[in-house]
This record gives sequence, structure tokens and C-alpha cells, in this order.
Amino acid sequence: MKDTILEVKNLSKAYPMRKGSFLTVLEDINLTVKEGDFLSILGPSGAGKSTLLRILAGLIEPTSGEILYFNKSFFSANPKISMVFQNFALFPWLTVLENVEVGLKALGVIGESAREKAIKVIDLVGLDGFEDAYPRELSGGMKQRVGIARALAVEPDILFMDEPFSALDILTADNLRSELSRLWLEGKLPIKSVIFVTHNIEEAVFLSDRAIILSHNPATIRAEIYINIPRIRNKNSKEFKFLVDDIYTVLTKPKKDVPFMLRKERYQFLPHAKVGAIAGLIELAHSKEEAIDISDLTSDLGLEVDDLFPLIEASVFLGFAEVKEGEIRLTEEGKKFSRSDVLEKKVLFRDMALKNIQLIKQIYQVLSTTEKKRMSEDFFIEILENHFTKDEAWNQLEIAIDWGRYAELFAYDYDTGEFYIEDVQS
Amino acid sequence: MKLQISFPTIIGFRLPDIIVAIFLAGFIGLIFFLGSQWKGDLSSVAEISLEYKYLPLYVVQSISRIFIAYVFSLIFSITYGYLARRNKITQAVLISLLDVLQSIPVLSFLPGVLLAMISLFPDKRIGVELASIILIFTGQVWNMAFSYYNSISTIPKEIEEVAKINRFSKFYKFLKVDLPASSIGLVWNSMMSVAGGWFFLMACEMFIVKGKDFRLPGIGSFIQLSANNGDIKRVLVGLLVMILIIVLLDLLIWKPLVAWSQKFRIDTLVAEDEKESIILDIFRASKIMERLAERIDNFADNLNLTLSKRSRDEGRKKKGVISYLFYFVFSVLTVYFFVKGVLFFIKFFSEIKGDDIFYLLKAGFLSFLRTTSAIIIASLWTIPLGVVIGMKPKVAKILQPVIQIAASVPATALFPIIIYFLIKIGGGLGFGSIFLMLLGTQWYILFNVIAGASAIPQDLRDTAKLYNITGWRKWKVLILPAIFPYLVTGLITATGGAWNASIVSEYVVFGGEVQKTIGLGSLISESSALGNYPILLASTILMSIIVVSLNRLVWKRLFTLAEEKFRLDQ
Repeated sequence: MKDTILEVKNLSKAYPMRKGSFLTVLEDINLTVKEGDFLSILGPSGAGKSTLLRILAGLIEPTSGEILYFNKSFFSANPKISMVFQNFALFPWLTVLENVEVGLKALGVIGESAREKAIKVIDLVGLDGFEDAYPRELSGGMKQRVGIARALAVEPDILFMDEPFSALDILTADNLRSELSRLWLEGKLPIKSVIFVTHNIEEAVFLSDRAIILSHNPATIRAEIYINIPRIRNKNSKEFKFLVDDIYTVLTKPKKDVPFMLRKERYQFLPHAKVGAIAGLIELAHSKEEAIDISDLTSDLGLEVDDLFPLIEASVFLGFAEVKEGEIRLTEEGKKFSRSDVLEKKVLFRDMALKNIQLIKQIYQVLSTTEKKRMSEDFFIEILENHFTKDEAWNQLEIAIDWGRYAELFAYDYDTGEFYIEDVQS
Repeated sequence: MKLQISFPTIIGFRLPDIIVAIFLAGFIGLIFFLGSQWKGDLSSVAEISLEYKYLPLYVVQSISRIFIAYVFSLIFSITYGYLARRNKITQAVLISLLDVLQSIPVLSFLPGVLLAMISLFPDKRIGVELASIILIFTGQVWNMAFSYYNSISTIPKEIEEVAKINRFSKFYKFLKVDLPASSIGLVWNSMMSVAGGWFFLMACEMFIVKGKDFRLPGIGSFIQLSANNGDIKRVLVGLLVMILIIVLLDLLIWKPLVAWSQKFRIDTLVAEDEKESIILDIFRASKIMERLAERIDNFADNLNLTLSKRSRDEGRKKKGVISYLFYFVFSVLTVYFFVKGVLFFIKFFSEIKGDDIFYLLKAGFLSFLRTTSAIIIASLWTIPLGVVIGMKPKVAKILQPVIQIAASVPATALFPIIIYFLIKIGGGLGFGSIFLMLLGTQWYILFNVIAGASAIPQDLRDTAKLYNITGWRKWKVLILPAIFPYLVTGLITATGGAWNASIVSEYVVFGGEVQKTIGLGSLISESSALGNYPILLASTILMSIIVVSLNRLVWKRLFTLAEEKFRLDQ
């Protein structure tokens, strides 16, 4: 029996909103990490992956639930952990060696012994000869090697990795993934377990033994998938592709098969997608056969799930497309939309948006009922802030502005911050 | 690529080591010299000799005052930054307090500080020295405190997380994260602060309080005293020495510091224009410096080790007691000072009559007209010139050093010369003081406009050319919007500077005679000299209110507008 390092029970996180209500980000998360585990946390962006990771790492406090570290409460245990960050988080004023030493020195390892340990991990990640370079002299891939070396140097029980390769170009990222996988396989990493956050399904399947798939808004664990393919994995093998497709299906299947826009009491969450890109996706879908496999679409377009998801979701919300079992299919309106000319498109979009999009409908109704046909943005922000965080409320409003402007339902004056309906007569 | 410089050796010692050793020895010598000077009685410096041979000694003492005040400013800024970051309440209180404090004119602190110091050290010179240093300190500290607070508030979140996840002790985080991250801002603000120190040096080395004359030997008092005697030749010599020192300090201290601080840029890209400095190269090549830096580094590591051990031993519970105690002391002190302050105000304001209030308001209005005129006149010439310089790199290359030297001359040191000519042509200080304010504040606008104009992207300029947008239209659609954020920054600083300058420009002593005009600044100077504290307090408060309201009502709004609408990096 391997030791259990981390155990998470009924963990939830909610942020207080106005009027005493709460915005739940994470709900009822349970998971266990044992010695030798390489665990991935997968989910669309904004799902709360990073929040979960930061709670597990002790950077954010959970609202409720329990985190046990070797069967003891996490906060009194002084856990041995470290983290690799998406944007490297290197100290620009320290050399590579000093950056790696910094974690050790904070732990009280100083002088020669710190240097020895640091140089050992620097060699391990292939940075030999770069000890005295400053981060700004290094390429992105090299910087992340430093980030990894710094995290390894303290020999943590758990290594947290927060989308560590997503800021790198594809080739560099692939290279680093292979190296990480090899070092892990050969047992050369001075760590006991890894928790790896990503939105890239292939990356999760390539690296980890187990993937937890998070749902959206609030995040719950939707599925836990075991990956029993021997390392180093071949991305073109049948079983690899099969697993990736499996995960795509889980990810794209609407929660409880009901789009959450229709569920009561929850305000519709507009996906972060611009009209131009949505239209592009619909055109593309129309040019292909009846139904397109979403994983094919990502590889065809060279897009990450993260970029594609909002577009698919938006087309579904608007009623231009449907998703079933990992495939996207256009509705009658969707087909009509892609056949129309510019002006007809606008009319169709306008009808669909008014019918299906709560926020746009609301703005339009408010504007048409007020006498001046004008309303300040603050009015809508106040409504949105009952349902979203402050930043998200503004994001939602910006999307509504983009869609509403395209549909010519209403206009928005940046300088005064007012929505208004243009007077057709004048 | 960096140029490698090889340094010659002299009898086994490398040149850089010799230079650094001389630096260190000189520094230690300076401390002894100051100690020997300061322990004397006040009467020993009642008369200041105007012989040229004493000038070097004066210079050394003036620089030391500015330097000591600067060190205090640094310590204060760092402490203030941490207190402000403690929690939301201290943040709200301390940051608005800083806003008010920086709007209080330096010289209003003079009588209070001086009396406190003299009662602490009766008839000793050190009391007056400390008063002078505290005055210079009050002129230097606020922008540095703001800068430090801003820097530690804008450290990237992930860097903070690295520190947290690796459980850096507070000391270690300060050393490895906060201090490096704030050093660029601190260096720039230190330059500004020290320049401010020079600006007020004359007023801080020689002052009259309650009719009593206090003077300290220094380059500022040398110029001031020569001006009082109407000795224009000595004023000029003093001025030249001062300029020389400022240029030297720039070369020996600020240029190397700025070049060195580039190491601490947060963005990880390589800068296009690497700042370089020979002095920095000498220090970098020095073995003594290298060993010293290593020693300090090791010492810091060891200190951190003991500190973090101790904090681990103490555990969590004790910490609660300490912070509880802190809040208790903090609230008691706050209440105490609040009550004291209210009583103090009541006592003073009961002495102010209706006529006084009318006079105060009139003075405030006149000073407002003067500062506004100064800002408008300054804008009228600096904006066109700044744009021309900023948009033409060749012109900039020729004019930049000239402007920098001109700007580095503390305007107050020029006052006596200008007053001399003003008296000759028979002009009064009513309009003359506008000119004096102009001298002190125009540079802020000019430098910001140059920076703004040189940041206009080439593609926008090309577009303007392509569509044949010229003349006034080019100003309207391209230049003015592009420089707007920079202009606002410059105007904010200039307005504050103009109000502060009103104190030294509306009331000037020259040739043994007081030249003055009605205004809030002259009221502050005069009531301080006569010891009329109720009027001093009232006029100080009025000026602070005017400056803070101008900031809140005008500048903050324009600044927000500038940040939102006229940003070029979208």
C-alpha cells in the first residue's frame, strides 16, 4: 500500500457577493493523491482549475471542506510542496542559479549545500552552463526549465504544475513534455507526486496516470479517468486517440444533459466569444459534412480546446448548432445563417439573440421601455454583479455589447458608458 | 553586448579596488568629521564666514544633511509601505494621510520641528542640525513612500505566490522580492527627492523663527547669506559650485544607480537602450565590492535562518498577541493625537479674527492665480518645444544634456539673481513670483511632454503623413491625444511644485530687505518668521485644502480619463 499524501474531502469555495449572496466556484470536490501519482486536473478555462490548485497548495483558503496532508490537517503540517507556474514566475533580478537556490535558502539550506543541490537539479533539467544567466537572456522553454528546477530543488512531496507549458510554442512544449515524462518514468525526479493543471486534453493523457475532469460554473468533478497506457506514450497510437476522444465527449456533453442556460435561478453565462469568430465557426461547419468531430476540429484548426469551446458554446446558445457525443451539427437556422448575405445574417442573428440570450433580451427590453431609449452601463453591471464576480460582470457586458452591436439591437457609447437604441428616423 | 574594460594594476592592486577603497575610507572620514562638527554649541555657528576657502567644507556638510535626510526617508518609506499593506483599514487611512501630508508645504513644519529640537537639545548645534535634516526629510519622503507602496502593491501575483509557497520569512521576502521589485521606482524617486532637497536647501539651512536667526554652515546658507548682503558675485560663485556638485553627483551616483537598477526590471525582455555607466563598471570590477556583496549575502542568509527558526518556535498564538497589541497601541495613539489635535486647533483658531479669514481667502485666491498662471506660461513654451524634441531624435540628442543641466539647477538658488534684476528694473514680487514659480516647475512638464512625444508610435505618424494631416489638425488628432497622459502627469507634479514654491517665491530676503507680496505662500513664510502660529496653521491648512481639492477634483479625473481613453498600448 502506498502512502496517501493528500486527501481532499467535500471541498467548496465560494466568494461573497453583494447583498449577502455567494458565488460558488468549486463545489464538493473529493480527491486523493498517493505516492507515485501523476494527477491531471482538466477543464475549460474559467472552470476553477487554478483556484482548486491554489487551494490545494495552501495559497487560498477553502470555504468549507478538509484537506489532509499525511493524515494531518494541511495548515499545521508545514507541507513540503512547490509549484511551477504558467508564466514561470522567475525573479528577473536573480541568475538561474540564484533563482533555484532561493527556495532552498528560504528553507534554511544555505551556503555550499544549497549550491550543490541547486547545481544538481540544474543539470537534471538540462540547464548546464546557464547557471549565471539572467532569466531575460533565456527563451521561454529555458525559463520554464529554471521554473521546474527551482520547484524540484526543495524535493517536494507534491509538485504542483499550473499549465506549465501553455505559454510556450508547440514544439518547445512537446519537447519539455517528453523530457518530463521520461524523467518521471525513470524515477529521476526528487518528488513523490505531481498535480498538473491543464486545459489541453492530449497533454493530460500524455503525462498523467489519472485525470479529473471539472465541469463549469461551479466546478464539480465530472469524471475521473484512469490512463493505463505505458510510458513514453505515442500520440498516434489507437488507444491514445481513443482516450482523448473519450475525454472530449465527457467535456462537451452538457451537464446533466440540460444546458444550464435553461435551469432556473442561474443566470446565463455568455461564453467569451466574439461575433466574427462565431460566424467563422458556423461557416466552417457548413462547409464540412453533416457532423464534425470536435477533436478533429481542434487539430484541423490548430486550436486548443480552450479557444474553441467558447465558440461552440456560443453557437449552441444562439441556436445555430447542437453538440452530441463529441460532434458538432448545425441546426436549420445555422445552415440558413451560413447561406445568407451580410444583411440577412444580421437579421437572423438579431432574432436568435433576442430569443435565446437572456442578457441581450434584457438590455433591449430595458432600452425600448425607457423614454429616452438610453440607459447607463451601471444599471446592467449592478444586475450582473448579483450573479458574477466584478470582472466577470464586465466581461459579460462586453460580450453583450459586441453581439448587440452586430445585431444592431442597440449601440453603446464608450465615453459616456451608456447603452442606447439608435433613432432610425434621424 | 557589454564592452569588456580591462583595468590596469598598480603594485599588485587593481585600479578599481584602489578607487573603491578610497571611497570607503572617505565615507568613514566623513562620519568623524560630521560628529566633530555637530557636537558643538549653537553659538559656534552664529556667524558664517563667507570666505571662499570654507566652501568645500560647506559643500560636504550640505550633502551630508541631504544624505542623512534621504536615509531617513528611505527607512520611513519602507516602514510606511508595510504598514499600509497590513490590512484594508490601515491602507485606506495611511494612503489618504500620505496624500494630505505631501500637500503640506515643507516650511510649515519649520517652527514646530525647530522648537521641538531646541527643547530636546538646548543651545546645542545638533538640535538645529536635526531640525534642518527633518525639514529636508519632509520635502523628500512622500513621493518615495508612494513609490515604494506602489511597487510592492504591483508585484506580479505569481511572484508573491512563489514567496508564499516556499514560505519565505518576512525578512527574506523583503530582501529577495520587495526591495528588488521596488528598486527602479525608488532610484528614480530618490533622484527627484534629492533634487527637492537641493531646492529647499537654502530655506532649510538658514531660517528665522519668531524673530530669532538660525543658520548652519552649508552651501545653501552661503548663497542665502550672500544674497542677504546683496553680494551678487558670491551668489554666482555659490551657484556655480552648487551646479558643479549636482552634475558630479549625477555622474558619480545617479547614473551608476540608474544603470544598476535596470537589473531589477520586472519585464523579462532585453531593453533596447541599455543604460551604461563607467563608475558602475568600476564598482562591478572591484574585488572588494564583490567580496563585500558576498559577505552581505551570506549574512542575510544566516540572519534569515535564525529569524525563521525563531518565528517557527514562537508559533502562531503569540503572533496573535503581538498584532493585537499593535492595534491596541495604534488605536490609543490615534485617539490621543486626535484629541490633542482638536484641542490644539480650538486654541489656535479662537485667536483668528474675521478680518484674518477674509485676508487668508484673498491671499489664497491670489496665490491660486499665480500658480495657475505659472502653469499656463510653462505649458505654452514647454509643450511645443517638448513635442519637437520628442519627435526628432536628432534634436533630442543635442538638447537633452543641456536641458538636463538647466533643470538640475535648483530654482531657489537662482532666486537671488532674479530678484537682483527685478529690483533693478523696478518690478515687484506680485508678478515676479510667477516667474520664480515658473523656474521651479516648468521642467516637470517639459520632461513629461518629451517622453510622451517620443512614445508616439511610428505607424501613427506614418498614417498622419499618408493622409496629409498637418498643422493644427495634426495636433488635434495625433499629438495632443498621444501626449495627454504624460502631460497630465507633468501638470500634477508641476501644480504641487508651484504651490510649494509659492512659499519661497512670494517672500524673499535680498540685500537685507524683505521683498514680499500678498499670497498664501508669503503668509506662511512671514507668520513663521514672526512666530504668528495661528496664522501659520490656518494658512497651511488652507493651502493643503486647496492642493488636495485640486488633486481630487481636477487632476485625478483627468488622470483616469488619460488612463482609460488615451492609452496607446491597446
